[in-house]
Amino acid sequence: MEKNNNKGWLYLLPAIAFLGLFMVYPLIDVSIYSIEEGYNSASQSFFGVGLYNYSYVLHDPYFLQALKNTFILVAITVPVSTSIALLISLGLNSITKLKVMYQTIFFLPYVTNTLAVGLVFMILFNKTAYTDGFANLIINYFGGSSVDFINGPYWAKMFVLCFYTVWVVMPFKVLTLTSALASVNQQYYDAAKIDSASKLRTFTKITLPMISPIVFYLVITGFIGAFKAYGDAVALFGTDLNAAEMNTIVGYICDMLYGNSGGYPSYASAGAIILFVIVLTITCLNLLISKKHVYY
Amino acid sequence: MKVVLQNLTKIYPSRNKKTDSDVIAVNDFSFEIASGDLVGLLGPSGCGKSTALNLICGLQSPTSGSIFFDEDDVTAVPPERRGVGVVFQNYALYPHLTVKENILFPLQNLKGPDKIPKQDMLNRANEVAGLVQIAGLMERKPSELSGGQQQRVAIARALVKMPRILLLDEPFSNLDARLRLQTREELRRIQRQTQITTVFVTHDQEEAMSISDTIIVMRDGKIEQIGKPQQVYDNPANLFVASFLGTPPINVFEGHVANGSAYIGNEAVISGINAENQQVYIGIRPEGFILNRQGPLKCELSRVEAMGRDISIVSKHSASASSIVRSICSESDISFESEQVCFSLKPEKVFLFSKETEERITSA
Repeated sequence: MEKNNNKGWLYLLPAIAFLGLFMVYPLIDVSIYSIEEGYNSASQSFFGVGLYNYSYVLHDPYFLQALKNTFILVAITVPVSTSIALLISLGLNSITKLKVMYQTIFFLPYVTNTLAVGLVFMILFNKTAYTDGFANLIINYFGGSSVDFINGPYWAKMFVLCFYTVWVVMPFKVLTLTSALASVNQQYYDAAKIDSASKLRTFTKITLPMISPIVFYLVITGFIGAFKAYGDAVALFGTDLNAAEMNTIVGYICDMLYGNSGGYPSYASAGAIILFVIVLTITCLNLLISKKHVYY
Repeated sequence: MKVVLQNLTKIYPSRNKKTDSDVIAVNDFSFEIASGDLVGLLGPSGCGKSTALNLICGLQSPTSGSIFFDEDDVTAVPPERRGVGVVFQNYALYPHLTVKENILFPLQNLKGPDKIPKQDMLNRANEVAGLVQIAGLMERKPSELSGGQQQRVAIARALVKMPRILLLDEPFSNLDARLRLQTREELRRIQRQTQITTVFVTHDQEEAMSISDTIIVMRDGKIEQIGKPQQVYDNPANLFVASFLGTPPINVFEGHVANGSAYIGNEAVISGINAENQQVYIGIRPEGFILNRQGPLKCELSRVEAMGRDISIVSKHSASASSIVRSICSESDISFESEQVCFSLKPEKVFLFSKETEERITSA
């Protein structure tokens, strides 16, 4: 028995080594950085230990802006992208003709180059000397006046960021949900039909509970992904996100490390730990809620 | 309620037009099921019996022909408005709902004038749960039930909306042997009690024989014979029906008819046959053998199996279509040392079939 136990640990060793090296050690290291006050990276020295870094970060207007942006982004994109993906998958699942073609089309964004995507969004939203962008052309057509989506008002920029995020995460969600829907046994639908369940009732009472583990998985990963958003904002609004009021938490952390105002690993660490706590809390909440509503 | 099928045909078009031909799953079905009958649809796998069931419940629509429930033509009526209850082969219980919620589900779907108050729903659910004896399991999930219990829940769910017809697809195939026996008696009891016209599909002839009022024997989408179980067993229409019904199966010999007698090899085994001279298959039920030292049918003895009440004599004969001849006798008057065993035959247990058509030759 004892011998077997050791063997088990041996099998686990590669995974444990990697997780320890790249997950646990950094987490501990960052926690330590975040409580070292006045850390100087050149001399590798600090004045004392305390919570000053947290206090600084939590009072920094840029961080508060980033916090607000991130929460708006999460609150909008996760439900919107998941429900739209569900609608698309249901549609894909119910058609027979050209199904594969549509599946391919919906999956294309997943394999499309980020730069190409950026270019498309430029055409859609960017206002230049020559054109107001495709989105504005539509607004103008319906009698509205042009909006500057990239350098204009806050809500317009937030709209573009959300739109972009939803669009980028959609293909994976559609793919996952389509396969989840396809895996529901036809017999349940037959039974529901015999029992004269309406389409809506069949969906809410049978389909949705059956695919709930996958929906739940997408919601959790969606939350985590949206909390870690950074690259999308840079692609749309450039590197000076603080000036554009479009910074995210991860953006703030990066700026603290490498940006123009950077060189503050302690502040960055404090920000990272705050993000970690937020994501952990949200995920735990999700798990609690799922116990009630997710059928395994 | 009476169910009438008229020239019902279901053809599955071939996927590959060049190589495959169309599959005719159900071929020109016409029969009538009397109100309150328990009907067993019997046939080997792939014979189209499940398709026939799906046509009756409306999950599939026929290529041609019509279905009547009493006087109503329901051929074009969608399944949800046919008022049928179906028990699926794997029961199709909703795994995320409790037993109670599963049973309530069909009632909660009722709309408009059919809608019933919540308390009535509960009463009806409890009533059918009592009928199938699962009243104590109402709060459990299907995964927490045994196979037999799941099947009862499936029957309860099918019965709760008071269907005009109850359809069961291979209802006993997922149960172990003992439970199967018990459950089929149960089904018989429930059917008697509710008086619902019931059709069930099975490939197990014993199952169909034991509880059905009427059995319908199918092969390759065609009806081979319809009748009361004992009647079909005693008077099979052709070689297929004769060999499909009965355990142990009927023994088939190659033989011929000459001058009013049936011959196996050179021995006249049955006399007084009113048929012209021809090559035939001779089917002998295992219980049609009588041990008789002077009997005309001489077989090479292989072994004797004691089966409790009876003994089963396994022997060989060169004219037999299968490798062994199995007979069941109650007397144990056999010398186990001898290498030969002789039988005389009970005429009512011997059937002659034309070698060409495999149809029964009635000698009466």
